[in-house]
Amino acid sequence: MDKSINLKIDGVDVQIEAGKTILDAARAINVQIPTLCYHEDLCVAGNCRVCVVEVTGAKTLVASCAMPASDGMDIHTNSLKVRSARKNVIELLLSEHNADCTNCYKNKKCELQDLASEYKTSGEQLFIDLVHMKNYTVDAFSPSIIKDDSKCIRCQRCVRTCEELQHVSALGVAYKGDKMKISTFFENSMYDVVCTNCGQCINRCPTGALIERNYVDEVWDAILDDKKHVVVQTAPATRVALGEDLGVETGQIVTGKMVTALKRIGFDSVLDTDFSADLTIMEEGTELLTRLKKALVDKDPTVKLPMATSCSPGWIKFIEHTFPEYLDNLSTCKSPQQMFGALAKTYYAQKRNIDPASIVSVSIMPCTAKKFEADRPEMRSSGYKDVDYVLTTRELARMIKQGGLDFGALPETRYDSIMGESTGAAVIFGATGGVMEAALRTAYEIVTGREVPFENLNITPVRGMEGVREATIKIEGTVPEWNFLEGAELKTVTAHGLTNAKLVMEKVKTGEADYHFIEIMGCPGGCIGGGGQPIPTNMEIRKKRTEAIYREDAGKPIRKSHENPEVIAIYKEFLGEPLSHKSHELLHTHYKERQRY
Amino acid sequence: MTYNKLKRIDLIFHEDCECRKVLEKTFSKSNDEIINDILESGLKGRGGAGFPTGLKWKFTAEQPSDERFVICNADEGEPGTFKDREILFRVPSKVFSGMAVCAKVIGAKKGYIYLRGEYRFLLPELRKALDAFHRDIKDLIDFEILIQMGSGAYICGEESALFESMEGKRGEPRNKPPYPTVAGFKNKPTVINNVETLVYAFMICKHGPMRFKELGTSDSRGSKVFSVSGDTPIAGIYELELGMSLDNFVEEFGDGDTKAVQVGGAAGFCVPRKKFRETIIGFEGVPTGGSMKVFNSSRSMYNVLHNYLGFFEEESCGQCTPCRVGCQQLIKGVEAVKKGEKKAVYLDQLLKLSETMKLASKCGLGQSVANSFSSIVENFREEMIY
Amino acid sequence: MPEVQELVKNLADKYGRKRENLLHILQGIVEQERYLSDVALTEVARELDMSAAQVYGTATFYTFLDTEPRGKYVIRICRTITCDMKGKNRIIQAIEDTLKIKLGETSQNKKFTLLETNCMGWCHEGPAMLINDQAYTNLTEDKAIEIVTDYVKNK
Repeated sequence: MDKSINLKIDGVDVQIEAGKTILDAARAINVQIPTLCYHEDLCVAGNCRVCVVEVTGAKTLVASCAMPASDGMDIHTNSLKVRSARKNVIELLLSEHNADCTNCYKNKKCELQDLASEYKTSGEQLFIDLVHMKNYTVDAFSPSIIKDDSKCIRCQRCVRTCEELQHVSALGVAYKGDKMKISTFFENSMYDVVCTNCGQCINRCPTGALIERNYVDEVWDAILDDKKHVVVQTAPATRVALGEDLGVETGQIVTGKMVTALKRIGFDSVLDTDFSADLTIMEEGTELLTRLKKALVDKDPTVKLPMATSCSPGWIKFIEHTFPEYLDNLSTCKSPQQMFGALAKTYYAQKRNIDPASIVSVSIMPCTAKKFEADRPEMRSSGYKDVDYVLTTRELARMIKQGGLDFGALPETRYDSIMGESTGAAVIFGATGGVMEAALRTAYEIVTGREVPFENLNITPVRGMEGVREATIKIEGTVPEWNFLEGAELKTVTAHGLTNAKLVMEKVKTGEADYHFIEIMGCPGGCIGGGGQPIPTNMEIRKKRTEAIYREDAGKPIRKSHENPEVIAIYKEFLGEPLSHKSHELLHTHYKERQRY
Repeated sequence: MTYNKLKRIDLIFHEDCECRKVLEKTFSKSNDEIINDILESGLKGRGGAGFPTGLKWKFTAEQPSDERFVICNADEGEPGTFKDREILFRVPSKVFSGMAVCAKVIGAKKGYIYLRGEYRFLLPELRKALDAFHRDIKDLIDFEILIQMGSGAYICGEESALFESMEGKRGEPRNKPPYPTVAGFKNKPTVINNVETLVYAFMICKHGPMRFKELGTSDSRGSKVFSVSGDTPIAGIYELELGMSLDNFVEEFGDGDTKAVQVGGAAGFCVPRKKFRETIIGFEGVPTGGSMKVFNSSRSMYNVLHNYLGFFEEESCGQCTPCRVGCQQLIKGVEAVKKGEKKAVYLDQLLKLSETMKLASKCGLGQSVANSFSSIVENFREEMIY
Repeated sequence: MPEVQELVKNLADKYGRKRENLLHILQGIVEQERYLSDVALTEVARELDMSAAQVYGTATFYTFLDTEPRGKYVIRICRTITCDMKGKNRIIQAIEDTLKIKLGETSQNKKFTLLETNCMGWCHEGPAMLINDQAYTNLTEDKAIEIVTDYVKNK
């Protein structure tokens, strides 16, 4: 398809490769055509009709997102017909949309509102308000996601996200005509269906129809309560995206400013999930090696391989629903968030001599599924709810604004101690392939006594945006204790987005692949593309965040989890060794089979 | 303006099937010859849109593919249309034969009849006729026809929605291009023709293109089966030569007090008495899939419009904004004007809206709501208000 | 195996387990059960290994694939313009009175459901109605009562 197409848009000649749409052509010459149902990550729907343009000679207007550009087209994006149609379409959407903007969580972050602000000149609603004629419902049962049908404009971005990116299809389109709506199975609550809480639908909802359940006020209340000791942990991926919601350019690392902001807001201790990410590597890496030993040396038939990572709660719920027969293949390690939570109300409380009952444990996550994870009944090994509140990156940005802070002008500070120290290996947890890379850096060294044989420790084969990435690491020069692995080839696979996760699991199921270690992140790009990250998202933004993650890693003085001094200390003082009894009690968990359909 | 006198024709229902004999004769010709016959006849699609049938077959045949399909669109849902039911009831083998000719021309091994759920009672007889047909043509062509039932969705008559439905999905129209001739059912090149079109194609094979071509006008060749209902003493199904004036039609079918005729169903146009004389029924005038609904002066055109809008509000697939919300606004709007909650000038706002629906909707359903809306509102404005 | 599960399994065996077989299966269930329960649709999702929300979304698109309980005989009166002009409201009234149910309701003995439907292609013989698959046309109030009473007594 190297043929190129010549056409004219608003009098300007454009050349574009065959197969591109009118919208692509317009964007190539910086002609802005408004869109709503269109999203770069998704297949074209062509149903909102906001992007219609006039093609000279055509009977009707055409949707520029769906119409292929063809030679000789003469296109007008602002003709009388286009303007009239566009205004009417926007007015129609407004008439079925609960435009209670000042009360809306998405106020000033709503694509429909943006369009209205551009196109509305009359000061009054053109058409009859349909909202009150409909029995709209709000589903607020899920701890992660709130679905408010009164704000829905039926663009189906959420439906396509859930189907194409996540292969979950918890959301679908139901009914037709005036009754048509976005619905779960039998209009059940999102909480009661196969939803993984990944929040990718939220990232792509143009309005406030799908939002995270926010705990901003609860967290402020805790902070402002003198009797509470509020600790906060920040996930690896938040520091490369938070800035986007606060006027900082995409792809900037804002760790130091974020820490300062959290301290100014009034958290009693600002700590790092990266610390427990390093701890996860210790536990999970050891678990993998132990499983390999049991399988290869002890020939223990009960040992399950491949072992899969368990950091991503969206992935966990997905496998619980979809491949429950593989639950024993999941690492028993809790996610870094929950390891941190369990330690905050035990180890941290002891060391700081604080009554764990008075500790409020907050996490800042790029993720909405983490809210569900923190609510799981298994996550109370400290004797309390290990993590009390989970805030998304977006909620933190909101708190920072509410706190009156000029984020860009904040100085940079370091995390508090204890549980604030981390390595480069922990930082890369935020990108797809990061857990794999971090685990390999440590496991390889345990087995061979040498660093992984990759330049600057950068295990590039497991990095990238390819949906499924297989890599084989040959183990050579083992230390005596691990010599049974001499010459072995460790087969790994890394996948991100649940559609890719399904592909991997199908291969495992059919026996087509004989992996040893699987890393799966529920969201496209890994946590940097998480459902709690600043909106919008697209491949370009995810790539910039990923580059920032690897920059942060490269700049860290320590880049291997087992060298984290606080990790060494916690094993010495508290846990003993990886997979010890205490670790099992606090840092490991189990899983639950859930309904598949 | 020239038009034909109303003339009854007897091609479709004439009990002259001899299907096997005609198929044998037809199959002795080359595909190009058959396509040329169809093209020469001037046959255009009888579902309402009026695309030249020969071209459709030709494009599909020329599209490279390992598999092609012929589909008979029997999802006759347009209000006021019931001729396909009658054709399938009375001369099913002609329909099958038309499909078989198309299958030979395009190289299809499988054909489908998508029958609307409301016609399920036809199924036992249709199956019997189909079995007999299959037996009859076994040695002539490797071609099998299957029947797929609809389940009550007007929009599935739209060809791409029909494919979606046949693929087990919601009947939501697709973006076009690609067109069915390139990517239809299962994304394979597909001919989808209305029941009546297939029978005419077969009759053209039987009688040769001239017999068809000599009927009608230069833009609207041949005859057409009309479904006549409403305020008429002789409601029913009539095969008439195309190109008659509405005046002529009303003379024959009206009850002496006809005030308007809705041509083409809810998606068609309402023609008031004063325009009967100048209105030609055909592609050069007012096209129709066959629905002719007669209203006498006792009828409230507000009620007629309201009924149609209620129909569209419910039967829109709901995916695109202009149609989904537009239909709701039109019906709520005319109600509000009627009740005096909105000023009469709001009708002009609604007319503009209907124009947007015509220009910006994704498929023919949304695009055609404006036909009845604007023709009724513009011609019977007073009735909308008082 | 509960009855409906068995029914779904048999239908899937008969028609196949691909997406394109979905409508056949749903129609088969409705033919037997008159409506699609959540249990039935979950079973369909399981047999076809597809999203339950998509099964539900597909079913609810089609007017004849009811997801609410329906009577053994579903009476659908055409509401479109000609039948409306020819007096469908009087027919509805007559049937409502005969069966002691309102439009949209199902009789207590689960034998009848009374609904309106869009044009069913009998405009020249309106008012018309369907009772399950069977069409009845040229209805008068008396004729409608007679037909329905026959169902009450003899079916």
